[in-house]
Amino acid sequence: MKSRTGLRWLVPFLAAAPLAFAATAQAQKTELLVYTALETDQIKAYEDAFTKAHPNIGIKWVRDSTGVITAKLLAEKANPQADLVVGVSASSLAVFENEGMLQPYAPKGLDKISPAYRDPKNPPSWVGMDVYGSAICFNTVEAAKLGLPKPQTWKDLTDPVYKGKIVMPNPASSGTGYLDVAAWIQMWGEAEAWKYMDALHQNIAQYQHSGSKPCRQAGAGEFPIGLTFEYRAVTTKKSGAPIDIIFPTEGLGWDLESSGIMKNTKKLEAARTLMDWLATPQAMELYAKNFAVVAMPGIAKPLDYVPADYEKRLSKNDFAWSAKNRDKILAEWTKRYDAKSEKK
Amino acid sequence: MHWHDRLAQGLLFACCAALALFLIGPLLMIFVKSVQDKDGVYVGLVHFREYFATPELQQSIRNTLFVATVVTMVTVPLAFTFAYALTRSCMPGKGTFRVIALTPILAPSLMAAISFIQWFGTQGLLKGLLAGASVYGAIGIILSSIYATFPHALMIVLTSLLLADGRLYEAAEALRTPMLRRFFTITLPGAKYGLVSATMVVFSYTVSDFGIPKVIGGNYNVLAVDIFKQVIGQQNFNKGAVVSLVLLAPVLLAFIVDWFMRRRLQAQFSSRAVPYVPRRSPGFDRAMLVFCSAVSVFMLAVLGMAVYTSFIKLWPYDLSFSLRHYVYGLIDAGVIVDYFNSLKMAFYTALFGTLFIFAMAYLLEKTRGMATLKAAVRLVVTIPMAVPGLVLGLGYIFFFNHPDNPLNGIYGTMAILVLSTVVHYYTSSHMTAVTALKALDDEFESVSASLKVPFYRTFFRVTLPVSLPAVLDIGRYLFVNGMVTISAVVFLYAPDTRPASVAILNMDEAGEIGAAAGMATLIVASSTAVCVLYAIVTRYLLRRTQAWRAAPRP
Amino acid sequence: MTLRAPRDPGAPVSLSKNGDRSPVARDDAPYLELAGIRKTFGRFEALKGVSLDAARGELMVFLGPSGCGKTTLLRIVAGLESQDEGRIVQGGRDVSTVPAIGRDYGIVFQSYALFPNLTVADNVAYGLVNRRTSRETIRSRIAELLKLVGLPDAGPKYPGQLSGGQQQRIALARAIATSPGLLLLDEPLSALDALERVRLRGEIRALQQRLGVTTIMVTHDQEEALSMADRVVVMNAGRIEQVGTPREVYEKPATPFVADFVGKINVLPAVAEGSGRFRVGSVSLALDHRQDIAAGTEVKLYLRPEEIGVHVNGHAAAGALAAKVAKVEFLGAFCMVGIALDAAGTPSLVANVPRQQVDAGRLEPGTAVRVSLPAGAMRVLS
Repeated sequence: MKSRTGLRWLVPFLAAAPLAFAATAQAQKTELLVYTALETDQIKAYEDAFTKAHPNIGIKWVRDSTGVITAKLLAEKANPQADLVVGVSASSLAVFENEGMLQPYAPKGLDKISPAYRDPKNPPSWVGMDVYGSAICFNTVEAAKLGLPKPQTWKDLTDPVYKGKIVMPNPASSGTGYLDVAAWIQMWGEAEAWKYMDALHQNIAQYQHSGSKPCRQAGAGEFPIGLTFEYRAVTTKKSGAPIDIIFPTEGLGWDLESSGIMKNTKKLEAARTLMDWLATPQAMELYAKNFAVVAMPGIAKPLDYVPADYEKRLSKNDFAWSAKNRDKILAEWTKRYDAKSEKK
Repeated sequence: MHWHDRLAQGLLFACCAALALFLIGPLLMIFVKSVQDKDGVYVGLVHFREYFATPELQQSIRNTLFVATVVTMVTVPLAFTFAYALTRSCMPGKGTFRVIALTPILAPSLMAAISFIQWFGTQGLLKGLLAGASVYGAIGIILSSIYATFPHALMIVLTSLLLADGRLYEAAEALRTPMLRRFFTITLPGAKYGLVSATMVVFSYTVSDFGIPKVIGGNYNVLAVDIFKQVIGQQNFNKGAVVSLVLLAPVLLAFIVDWFMRRRLQAQFSSRAVPYVPRRSPGFDRAMLVFCSAVSVFMLAVLGMAVYTSFIKLWPYDLSFSLRHYVYGLIDAGVIVDYFNSLKMAFYTALFGTLFIFAMAYLLEKTRGMATLKAAVRLVVTIPMAVPGLVLGLGYIFFFNHPDNPLNGIYGTMAILVLSTVVHYYTSSHMTAVTALKALDDEFESVSASLKVPFYRTFFRVTLPVSLPAVLDIGRYLFVNGMVTISAVVFLYAPDTRPASVAILNMDEAGEIGAAAGMATLIVASSTAVCVLYAIVTRYLLRRTQAWRAAPRP
Repeated sequence: MTLRAPRDPGAPVSLSKNGDRSPVARDDAPYLELAGIRKTFGRFEALKGVSLDAARGELMVFLGPSGCGKTTLLRIVAGLESQDEGRIVQGGRDVSTVPAIGRDYGIVFQSYALFPNLTVADNVAYGLVNRRTSRETIRSRIAELLKLVGLPDAGPKYPGQLSGGQQQRIALARAIATSPGLLLLDEPLSALDALERVRLRGEIRALQQRLGVTTIMVTHDQEEALSMADRVVVMNAGRIEQVGTPREVYEKPATPFVADFVGKINVLPAVAEGSGRFRVGSVSLALDHRQDIAAGTEVKLYLRPEEIGVHVNGHAAAGALAAKVAKVEFLGAFCMVGIALDAAGTPSLVANVPRQQVDAGRLEPGTAVRVSLPAGAMRVLS
């Protein structure tokens, strides 16, 4: 807050503005600035529960899509604003870790968190909350009109019958897109994965900039097949759209909504309190309302439209590898597919 | 030197400092960042070399230029014909046509893209018209950009046609000049300045607009979206800076061409021109009526589809009326807050922007001395018109988020949104202010000095009241643009200051077309309401302060 | 601010007629002194070292073609432009570097520069309001000034409702409202129609004499200059050509430029033959008063059209020359008669001939006449 006053002397014509513009900082309460990619309704539920347990800590949220939040944090690297990152993909947190932006901390009850769903280092730089993985939205009404068979696997999607019928998120701008690409490469190896994507590319109508839009478009019949993540697939189906949700059998790309403390925070005490709370069973129960898999085993309950063996379908995912190779993979992907319109 | 002069110069210096800080500084930072790596180490032209080595860039440049050229070639003649009909025909309903044609200004450009998807997309009613081609890509971008740029071109061309000197037509008639020849020898040359200006505005708008290609562009890459991809998708700010410099090039070129043309054309207008009064010509009037009706139907269809989309339950499977997009998509989802942010932002932009811009124009035009500084400032204030909002926004991040900048506290506040918006729309507002001030007698200040009345007193007693119509005009212009602007602010908003236009972008990105259309509808509705309110307030204010205008002449 | 009686805005206008302001009682020290004024705009030299004195209470007119520097000089006197070099002393006070707002003058512009949103009364009161004067005093002063300029009822109107001449009267009232020591008029009549122009110039002159305020007026209209000025300053290309009373300037132009610019004049190229004789073409003229010019010198003889005598029927004075009428232009009270001398190599002349004489002599193109060129009225300039 201290630098906000700088405005007053430098911009005389805005003399009246600080009253309106400056956020009011209450001294009695510690206020954490948290960057997040969580859905708004989730934020509300988590915040309510947390502030009930810790009334002396307030949270100010900065919410945006994973891509934007990640970009923001990297942009602000020289002058970080956030105290914590909560509910952002583990791939992004691994990038932050590489950049030295995170402060390792072992929250209370870390031992109860599944080792697969946290930073393997000790103490960890980030800890997972819940898993979100890839899914395919398939519009049954449009498929019937067009006579499209229902695909079951990733490889089914390369069938020429789907030419121009598939939308997928662009991995360069969408976390969901990247988790698919990362999964294919880790499952099949570089050579085969790129061969697969070459074939898939022939059928793609559009690459979208978000992981939600392909499913929404499938739901609206704009394009009958959309690659997405399971939370969006479930909400779209619940909104009444005529879609089936497909979980390809080869294995699902996935990522973790996870949290970490920013290295520069001046409110370490409060930040650790929030980290501790995020790893409690109470918090995990809240995650379980929206996600089929949470970081603490034994808490998740089955969800509508999500198969019971969902967790088993997840492919092997190495976040350190994923973060390290991110730039390289995206450069290759962009080179191969980004100028799609050229080949029309 | 007298302290009055010192005060005026001090104010001018302060204003110049503000311009340097909020325009020059951020732009320079783009250049700096384009030759640095992630850690701020100088790397020379590496990013440029890398970027120019990728074939996708060349494709983007080609696409961008192609789309902008087509849009310009369609929009400018359309706007010219429309303006011609409004000024040179006796068709009925001119006022209504004019209002309808200007409505796109009230809507964010994204709305047009959403609406065209609804009309021409896979489930669109008019899909057949595209004969199998997809609306996603060049076609969609071109259609939406035509819709969005039309009113901007129309206003410019209309002004230049209204300035036409009726005496020239009388002279031509006396010489029995045929109508076609009159058109090519009088009308067209007279409107040349407006046409060049409109061409430049449409071209740079299309090149720099990011919302339309983002929503409807599909895989058709254009430079504006490339910047977004670099910055948001790949988190590569330095390369974003490089692309933004590439984006700057064609716009800057258009800007320079316009500037030269303007200098050459300046002497053409005579202040004693007699307004042209059209005469009836049934065939021509009917043709113009048909044309304007067609354009208006097109305009209303776009707006109407957006409104319709916001009120149906589930496109395209359940078309029953529903408020769910408003209730669940906007209010329950908390997105409605963004709408109030926009209202606030537009209000502050109008208020502070108008004050600053008019004061600056006054200091430039009506105070004495410092000719060199003033010449420099006059050049500088034309820059914003040539700087795409995305580029400006990126510059703001670089400049104001720098830890050594004492002003970095404004990063993430409403203030930075307001500042960037004021700067983004500075040029036309400045032109309006200067035109109004130039219409005032240059000797007001001299007379005041001779009567020993300080300049600021004359400013408040005479200059400001007489220029009030122009001042209010600037205010409305800034407000309306503040409601719809997206490109500069998309990099600058904080969660609690996110404007509605960005919310539309995000909702579209998440596939929430209905809610996005609902937000666009809200923006159009409130901008319209504000314009109407404005008209009422203006009329009241003018009646009080402009009594001298209405007073009977001898 | 020093309190001088004439500067008191509340004081009745007649006060300024007192003593030192009287046009009759000019004291010896000039009220306004300009010394070596230079001004350049970029590469253009607008004023090339101008020095000039104006006596207290006189009306001085700067006359010259556009671009001669007269307006620039006026603006420098006003402090609206700053000179590159030179000194300005007004009423004994060196104001060379004093900005406009610190000087003591009122000004009227060609464009009137009335504030359109203020009533006439507010316009006139504009300079009074900030001088801690009571409202009552201001009101009576406005009434007085409006009466003075002949528009007693204009107070509540807006300038836009007045004619050009009326507006200029209001501008004048505003300029003298604060009883300034110096009144500057920048082409005050140029924007008016001919009739209004003649009427107003008389009014301004009368008002100026009544107030006794030292006044400088700029104009390009020689008739205006001659009819109004105490002294005329003829300027050309950044220099002063001549300073003198209207008669001096008209009758004894100091330079060819002045002769040419002020009034119509015939120019006869001639060669001096010595002992006061000059040859124009094949005619030899005797100008006894100019014996000083050496034989062989090429000169120009200047003669006003009204000085030329045109005679029909041989009643001509001695030395009249044979000529034919080439052209007759009717101008109302008199006619402008173009004349071609019979003698070879002589230029054609223009003479002003009263209408009655034209009728009596039936002057028309081709009429044979004799013309006399009075030696005493002829100016010789080289």
